[in-house]
Amino acid sequence: MDKGVIVTNRGGISGRRWTEVPIEATIRVLGFSTIGFVLLIFLFLLREGLPIFYEVPTGNLFGTRWYPTFELFGTLPLLLGSILVTVTAILIALPLGVATAVFVRELAPDWVREILKPMIEVLAGIPSVVLGFFGMHFVAPLIRNIFGAPTGLTVFTGALILAYMALPTIISVAEDALDTVPKSYRDAGLAMGATQWQTIWKVVVPAARSGILMAVMLGMGRAIGETMAVMMVTGNAARLPLTFDSLFRPARTMTATIAAEMGEVAQGSTHYHALFGIGIILFVLTFLINLTAASAIFRKQRRGGLR
Amino acid sequence: MVDAKIRIRQLSYSYGGAEALREINLDVPANAVTAFFGPSGGGKTTLLRLINRLNDLVEGTRMQGTILLDGENIYAPGVDVPRLRRRVGMVFALPLPLPGTVRENVVCGPRLAGIRDWGRLEEILERSLAQAALWNEVKDRLDDPAVALSGGQQQRLCIARSLALEPEVLLLDEPTSGLDPISTAKVEESLFELKQQYTIVIVPHSVQQAARVADYAAFFLMGDLVEVQEGTRIFTTPQDPRTEDYVTGRFG
Amino acid sequence: MDRFLVQRLGFALLLFVALVVVVPILFVLGVIVVEGSMAITWEFLSAMPSDGMKGGGIFPTIVGTFLLMLGTAMASIPVGVGGAIYLAEYARDTWLTRAIRLAIVNLAGIPSVVYGLFGLGLFVLFLQFGTSILAGALTLAIMTIPIIISTTEEALRAVPTEFRTIIASLGGTRWQGIRGVVLPQALPGIITGIILGLLRAAGETAPILFTVAAFYLPRLPHSPFDPTMALPYHLYVISTQVPGMPLRIQHGTALVLLTLVLSMNVTATVIRSYFRRRRQW
Ligand SMILES: Nc1ncnc2c1ncn2[C@@H]1O[C@H](COP(=O)(O)OP(=O)(O)O)[C@@H](O)[C@H]1O
Ligand SMILES: [Mg+2]
Repeated sequence: MDKGVIVTNRGGISGRRWTEVPIEATIRVLGFSTIGFVLLIFLFLLREGLPIFYEVPTGNLFGTRWYPTFELFGTLPLLLGSILVTVTAILIALPLGVATAVFVRELAPDWVREILKPMIEVLAGIPSVVLGFFGMHFVAPLIRNIFGAPTGLTVFTGALILAYMALPTIISVAEDALDTVPKSYRDAGLAMGATQWQTIWKVVVPAARSGILMAVMLGMGRAIGETMAVMMVTGNAARLPLTFDSLFRPARTMTATIAAEMGEVAQGSTHYHALFGIGIILFVLTFLINLTAASAIFRKQRRGGLR
Repeated sequence: MVDAKIRIRQLSYSYGGAEALREINLDVPANAVTAFFGPSGGGKTTLLRLINRLNDLVEGTRMQGTILLDGENIYAPGVDVPRLRRRVGMVFALPLPLPGTVRENVVCGPRLAGIRDWGRLEEILERSLAQAALWNEVKDRLDDPAVALSGGQQQRLCIARSLALEPEVLLLDEPTSGLDPISTAKVEESLFELKQQYTIVIVPHSVQQAARVADYAAFFLMGDLVEVQEGTRIFTTPQDPRTEDYVTGRFG
Repeated sequence: MDRFLVQRLGFALLLFVALVVVVPILFVLGVIVVEGSMAITWEFLSAMPSDGMKGGGIFPTIVGTFLLMLGTAMASIPVGVGGAIYLAEYARDTWLTRAIRLAIVNLAGIPSVVYGLFGLGLFVLFLQFGTSILAGALTLAIMTIPIIISTTEEALRAVPTEFRTIIASLGGTRWQGIRGVVLPQALPGIITGIILGLLRAAGETAPILFTVAAFYLPRLPHSPFDPTMALPYHLYVISTQVPGMPLRIQHGTALVLLTLVLSMNVTATVIRSYFRRRRQW
């Protein structure tokens, strides 16, 4: 009698026709290609950006003044500009986003939800240059009149626009998070005699905490990388935003710097390398932010898709 | 048993760490209905899915032993698995038509096998539907979506879909579990016709059904093959006390 | 205070916040539609710009954006859909698969202006495509790929596993199952995802700043190696770089861009809901 084979199964449907071999090989390659793209992007950023580190002394690079015409490449004002705009934007978007998510998930009747959800999707679809345009013509004058900022092109203006750009991400991820809170939590809250309002804030939202945190991370990733709208409405002055009134004065972000200056630099110049250097910072920064958010996704084995 | 279509030898199988089958030895005779019965979790579905290598789709499993179809090891390297599956058809517990029309469902298998000629496909269509005792009911609805049929019709459609490949063996996993008594009777009736031509293995959805349809019956309990008998003897004079407990309803 | 009064006030506050979120969206749309529609004439859509962009139409920007999207679609759809098929149908849970997923998350998060830098470095300079439609479309394509992969994978995974099992049980190979059942069933979802990806590319400015966009080029491109004007970049240019630009033209351009993007959005939504209602599982 047969001694018996041992099959340790690795899954998959066995058997293919020979015509399928090239097809499946192609699919495999396409699957791996994304890794290739990331590496390629990083490689080219390094290739064009690393030279800045031996062309310019480190002290200069982390200095407080960005005047490329005078060979001053201090990235600090740009970095702080980006951080200030982003953090302000998130501080505006977080409460709005979470409250809207709660409203949509826990309170709104179906017909209201049917209106709200597409509206928020529309917002996600508006190109950033259109929002920037709108910001220049309608938000900036408003800021000028209310806060007396000379042009109205300020950190706050940019943050406001950015907040709305981050809202769709925050709302949808926060909604998913609320969705995963078991109904029994809600029932338990109500059974203990709490009102629905108390249950929402004392039980449901805290239970969705980690998901909401992920929403914040993703929103932040989006905000820090945003370019056009920010460039159009923050006024683009590369000043160190350390004073109290910084919120209502112009600033300049890393993204805006690249976008505004790359068109005018000579390929291979120090300035050119410096702009790619900023690109490296942005790449690493968004990578870390998204990695943090993604680790939460991977842990929960969520269905595919980020947005 | 003289003419064994399938011989299972020393077959053990586990999902990850959990053993689902332990050292099964069993011959499945040709042109007869063999019933695998027993309480749920006994490994019946697993064994069926091993016979046409459908469990190749499940990751991280481990198998030991052999399954011979007409004396050939179906797990030997180089076996043409699609061809094996055409020889060993499978009907699942829930009637699950593929998206598309009645016609498309039935001729799906032959088309996958490369038959393009619609004249031939039409012949196959009529033959399979007739064998599954469905032709008269659907001959005017061949281009309706398959999901528009009733549950009982859908299950017979799934049987027809398997029969379209003219398999040598037909595996049916609780094919009537979701059906009403009348549909169940129709399916059982068609089994009597089919066994003239095919080797049939069925996991019945009750002991009663096992007793009604089985020429041979094998009792599975928690991964062990407890007992196998010809005809209805297993239901009247079981040899093993565990079988007796189950068939007399003292168990599960 | 009575806790039910608190609840009533709280709910009112939430409603108010929802309005704070939604009303500005309506306002943006309203303003741009009302102001912009005054600029829209047949000439505006079909004529070359003239008089340093202060007159004439925006025809080449529309053509440019259309060509860019065409190129983006041709490059990103095969890679995106193929990658998604790999992830949904072939990949097992190995470190390599995780690396792929990580790469996708990372690609989706890279700022658009960094894509612009990359496109400049690789396509424009290293591969010497020059500032061209080709360079821009490839840059936009890489940016679009993670979106297409995510949405397509989701659509593929939504197709019940049983269909694949049935095809296998009928002697079909894995590819036959994908080709014959999974892809057709997932198609509406895939198309929706592709539209959403392309929509994003259509509205992006930063990736094309240094790879394609021509500031002022009042003629149509002749080959993929030509630069071109494009709608989003044009809107940026006329609203920030050209002093004395008539507001009417700015609003008109914004409206055309917005209409393009939102109509794609609506199309995607309609396709999705239409097929969701019609599917048989
Ligand atoms: N895909 C699977 N993954 C892990 N365990 C499984 C899987 N399918 C079945 N099992 C386990 O194998 C055992 C036998 O299951 P099954 O073959 O379905 O029995 P039956 O059909 O007799 O009810 C059960 O303990 C079940 O939990
Ligand atoms: Mg079973």
